[in-house]
Amino acid sequence: MGKEYFVAVSGQPNCGKSTMFNALTGSTARVGNYPGITVDRTEGRYCTPDFCANLVDLPGTYSLTSYSMEEVVARNVIVDEKPDVVINMLDATSLERSLYLAVQFMEIGVPVVLGLNMMDEVRKKGIRIDSKKLSELMGVPVVECIARRGVGKEELMESVQQVVEATEGEWNPVNISYGHDLDPVIEEMTVLIKENEFMTDRYDPHWLAVKYLEEDEIVMKNGQKADPQMAVQMEEKVQTVSAHIQKTLNTYPEAVLADYRYGFINSILKQGVISREDNLRFDASDKIDLVLTHKFLGPVIMLLIMYSMFYITFNVGAIPQGWVEAGFAWFSNTVGSLLPDGLLRSMVTSGVIDGVGAVMGFTPLILIMFAMLVFLEDLGYMARVSYMVDRVFRSFGLHGMSIMPFIMSGGLPGGCAVPGVMTCRTLRSPKERIATIITAPFMICGAKTTAYLMLVRAFYPDNATTVMFGLVLISWLLALCFGRLLRWTALKGESTPFVMELPPYRIPTLHGVAIHTWDRVWEYVKKAGTVILAISILMWALMTFPQLPAERVAAFEAQRVQVAEQSVAWSGTAEEKEAKVKQVLAEISYNEGEAALKHSYAGRMSEAISPVTDVAGFPWQANVAFIGAFAAKEVFVSTMSTAYSLGEEDPEEALSLTEKIAADKAWTTPVIWSVFIFLMVYVPCMVTVAVIARETNWKWATFSVFGSLTFGYSLSVIIYQVGSLLM
Amino acid sequence: MSVSLRTMKKDQKGVVVSVNASGELGRRIRDMGLVPGTEFMVVGRAPLEDPVALRMKGFTLTLRNNEADFIVVAPED
Repeated sequence: MGKEYFVAVSGQPNCGKSTMFNALTGSTARVGNYPGITVDRTEGRYCTPDFCANLVDLPGTYSLTSYSMEEVVARNVIVDEKPDVVINMLDATSLERSLYLAVQFMEIGVPVVLGLNMMDEVRKKGIRIDSKKLSELMGVPVVECIARRGVGKEELMESVQQVVEATEGEWNPVNISYGHDLDPVIEEMTVLIKENEFMTDRYDPHWLAVKYLEEDEIVMKNGQKADPQMAVQMEEKVQTVSAHIQKTLNTYPEAVLADYRYGFINSILKQGVISREDNLRFDASDKIDLVLTHKFLGPVIMLLIMYSMFYITFNVGAIPQGWVEAGFAWFSNTVGSLLPDGLLRSMVTSGVIDGVGAVMGFTPLILIMFAMLVFLEDLGYMARVSYMVDRVFRSFGLHGMSIMPFIMSGGLPGGCAVPGVMTCRTLRSPKERIATIITAPFMICGAKTTAYLMLVRAFYPDNATTVMFGLVLISWLLALCFGRLLRWTALKGESTPFVMELPPYRIPTLHGVAIHTWDRVWEYVKKAGTVILAISILMWALMTFPQLPAERVAAFEAQRVQVAEQSVAWSGTAEEKEAKVKQVLAEISYNEGEAALKHSYAGRMSEAISPVTDVAGFPWQANVAFIGAFAAKEVFVSTMSTAYSLGEEDPEEALSLTEKIAADKAWTTPVIWSVFIFLMVYVPCMVTVAVIARETNWKWATFSVFGSLTFGYSLSVIIYQVGSLLM
Repeated sequence: MSVSLRTMKKDQKGVVVSVNASGELGRRIRDMGLVPGTEFMVVGRAPLEDPVALRMKGFTLTLRNNEADFIVVAPED
C-alpha cells in the first residue's frame, strides 16, 4: 500500500469548497458530527496508485478567530489533528477577501495548497489572474479550478503530494509584519513563550503571541489553565500595548492586525497578480437582486416562493407519505395477525410499529422540503430572504434567518415543526437560534389544523374561514411575542451582528443538493427514530395500563350477552334488528373504551390535574386529549372522539362528533378560546421535542415543554377567567 | 469629509475611513473585509430601509444600520 495523507479542505462560505470536496471524495464521503456539537464533519477518501488521502471538510469560515462554532472547529482541527496539508479553496472572483483565510492558515504554519475556484467566472468577467505569480509571492502551490466540473482536482492532489514530500511534516509558520507598534511586543512575547515553554506543545509561539493580542477568548482561557502566572504576564503585555495603541491611534491591536493582513494581501495582489481590479462593477447577480429584493416586488416574490415550497411539500409529499404509511399499516396488520391477541400484540402494533411508522411517514416530507431548501440555500436566495425580513424579526429579538423555520413549522397552516426546527440550523447565532426553535412549534402544523378544523366547524360553522385565519395570525403573534419574552429573559443579550454576505446566485449542482439532502434525512431517520421508539412505547403504556379490573370487563361482557339475548324479543325485520344490535354493541365497546381510558394512567393523570386545569376551564375530555396529544397532535382528535364515546374516524361519524361537541354545554366561548390557545402553544409534540433535544440539548427540550406549558396555561387561565367574568 | 455609513444613499460610492467597533461586531466586520481603505458602493436597502447592501471587493455585503453607525466613510462625489 501507498502512503496515507491527512488533508483538510477549507474555505470561506460559498467558495465552492464543498463542491470540490464532493468531486474529490465522490461516494466515499460520510457525515458525522464533531463530538458534542452539531457542526457537521464530513470525511472521505481520495486514492491514487501512489497514495491515499483521508480528507476532512472543515466548516466554511471567513476567518480563524473564535467568533463562531465553525471557526473554532476549523481551528481546532488544524491545531489538534495536525493535517499534513490544508487545501484552501477560494473564490477567485473576490480574491482579496478570500486570501484572508489563507493568510491565517499560513500564520499557523500548516502547509497550504490554494485552489483558485470559479476560474470560468473570472475569465468571463475579463479579469486575469496570474496564478504562477501568486504562488511565487505567497510561497504555496496555487491550482486553478472549476469545482462544479471537477476541473483541477487531480492537480490539487498532485500539489498535496508534492507539498507533503517537500515539508515532511515540518510546519513553517509565516510571520507577517504587523508594524512598529506591534512587532516588538510580538517578539518579546514569543521569546517569553519559548523560554517558559508556554503551551508550545500545542501552538506555535509566534501565533500564540498574535492570538493574545487579538484577545482570543479560547486561547486565553487555555493559557490560564496551562500556566496562570504566564497568562497574567502575557495579558499585562497586551494591556500595555493596547492602551498605547488606543491613545496614539484610537484603535485596537486586533484591528491593527487585520489591517496589516489585508495590507500584506494587497501588496501581493498589486505586484501584477490581478490584471484588472473591478470591485464595484455590477454583475448578473446584482441585476437579479434589483427585482428579487425590490422594495415591493421582493416581499411579494418571497411569499410566492414560500407558498409554492409549502404547497409542493404537503401536496406532492403527501403521495409518498401515503405509501410509507400504507406500508407501515400493512406491516402492522401482518405482524398483528401473526401474534396472538393480547398485550404483546397491542404493544408491537400500537406502540412500536404505529409509533415509529408515524415518524417515518414524515420522511418524504422532510426529503422534499430539504431538497428545496438546500437548493434555495445553495442558489443564494435564503440570504436574500433574511436580508428582507431582518428588520421586522429583529424588533422581536429574532434574526432575519428565523423566518424559514416559522414558515416550515406551519406559519402557513399544515406545516410541521419537525423539519421546521431542523431548518433552524441555518441560523448561526445560538441565542436567536434557540429562541426560534422554542417558538416555531407554536405555528399551526398539519396535526393542529385537523383539530382546529373540527373545533372551528363545531363552534363557528358560519365563520370558519375567518376564525381559522385569525388563529393563524394569533399563532404568529404569540410566537413572536414569546420570542421577545425569551430574549428579554432567559436568552438575554445583544442581537447578533447581521454582517452577512449576499452570495452571487449560482445554480447548485444536482450532486451537491442530493448529498446535503440525504445527510439530513438520514440523520432524522436514524436518531429521531430511536428516541421516538422509546417515547412511543411509553405513551402506549400510559394509555393502556392499568387495565380495567376483570369484574368491570366482565360487566361489559355481560351487557353484550344481555343485548344479544334481548334482541330476540325486539320488533322489526331481521336486518333492522341486526343493525340495531351492531349499534348497541358499538356503544358498549365505546363505553368500555372510555372506562378503560379513564382507568389508565393517562386517564388518572387527567383526573389528577383537573383541579389545575379547571382554572383554565378545560372540559375533562379535552384534558385527556391534551395528554395524548403530547405524543402527536393528531391524537387530540382521536382521543376527543373516544372520550365522547363516538364512532370511528370515518367522515360521517366525525360529523356527529362535531355535533356532539357543539351540543355540549360545557363549551362556552371562554372555554373554546381557552382550549384553542392552549392547543396552539402548550407543548411541542414528542417528535418535535426529540428533534429539539438533538438540535440543542435536553435542557432546552425540557424548557420548550415546560416553558410553553406555562405560557399556554397562563394565557388560557386569563382567557377563561376574564372571559367568564365578562360573559 | 467623513460621515457615518448609515447616511449613504443608494448608488453612492465611498471609501472606508475607520471602523470603530470592537469585540465580536468589529471582528466580524473586519473578517468580511470591511477595513479602512476599502472602496464600496451602496447597492440597495431592504424593503424597510434596513439592512443596507454594499458592493465591495468583488462581493456584496449586508449589515444593519445600527452596525453601519460604527463605520466612518468618505463619500465620493
